[in-house]
Amino acid sequence: MVNYIWGGMFVIGIVFGMINGTMDQVNEALFVSAKEAVTLCLGLMSILVFWLGLMKIAEESGLLDKLSTLFKPFMRWLFPEVPPNHPAMGYILSNMMANTFGLGNAATPLGIKAMEQLKKLNGGKATVSRSMVTFLAINTSSVTLIPTTVIAIRMNYDAHSPTDIVFPTIIATAISAIGGIAIDRYFYYRRKRNGRE
Amino acid sequence: MLHWMTTISIWMIPLLILSILLYGTMKRVPTYETFVEGGKEGINMSFSLIPFLVGMLVAISVFRASGALDYFVQLVNPLLALLHFPSEVLPLAIIRPISGTAALGMTSDLISVYGPDSFVGRLAGTIQGSTDTTFYVLTVYFGAVGIKKMGDALKVGLLADLIGIIAAVIVVTLVFGMN
Repeated sequence: MVNYIWGGMFVIGIVFGMINGTMDQVNEALFVSAKEAVTLCLGLMSILVFWLGLMKIAEESGLLDKLSTLFKPFMRWLFPEVPPNHPAMGYILSNMMANTFGLGNAATPLGIKAMEQLKKLNGGKATVSRSMVTFLAINTSSVTLIPTTVIAIRMNYDAHSPTDIVFPTIIATAISAIGGIAIDRYFYYRRKRNGRE
Repeated sequence: MLHWMTTISIWMIPLLILSILLYGTMKRVPTYETFVEGGKEGINMSFSLIPFLVGMLVAISVFRASGALDYFVQLVNPLLALLHFPSEVLPLAIIRPISGTAALGMTSDLISVYGPDSFVGRLAGTIQGSTDTTFYVLTVYFGAVGIKKMGDALKVGLLADLIGIIAAVIVVTLVFGMN
């Protein structure tokens, strides 16, 4: 899918440039934007190093574990099929925490481990379980507390106050997470009504 | 509008840092050494992002520079105007569930073209922060453990993304206004 979209943008862009007589601009765009991308990555490095370092302290000090305990009742409601002390719960929560702090790349390995555990709970079948759909719904609506990467980009382009999008992001992310959970529950009850679960 | 929301946003990060450091010190974690250890991962992460971002940013800017993007946006503009959705952000909304790095490239492109403090720039940032890459998560998580039947997972994920994008438009409009 991404391959078609990516290739498609080049092909359409170049063909459009031929017809439109904008080949000059296309040529310039090729080189300027490549350079800009590398500069952007170097700009991102500062903020990634800082936050991953800080998160390591939160992890080592047990702050993340403490947060897990705090969210236990909520997790039990969210995943009624998963036993409260099952390792799946721990991985799901750590994955959510990593997403919450905007550490998408750190979240992926945790998410895979959570999925492994959920598969075991489902008897190792290759079909999706209710908890897996819920887990994905939460993941794709990703509750974000600190959108680190976005702040870094805004800093790069000299925003007046790079962090002023934090609050709107939290509200939007909360709405999408609640919406995601509601949709997940709706589909679950629909499957149940149709005798598919 | 709503100045206090901006203030909360500015205070939140320093306060979070303060609590992580205080808690770590209380628990006798060698904070500085731990920080350095964790930070090393950030270096690798940003280097590994370079090819993704170069590929996507170049494709997007070719698409934009040729005039193809403007043409496409004009085509769907009447519909978007009905929904009060800024058409510049449409490509981002489409690509966000498909590829995180592509969306990151588009977000930074929108921010550089329209400015970080513009409506479009802020909206792009908020969408980037409040939604996630449904296709990627689905592919990677299910692929890694060998789940073949996805059931309702894709539908649920995409609908959640849609809600996130709509919520972002409404919240950014309310907090910063439509300038």
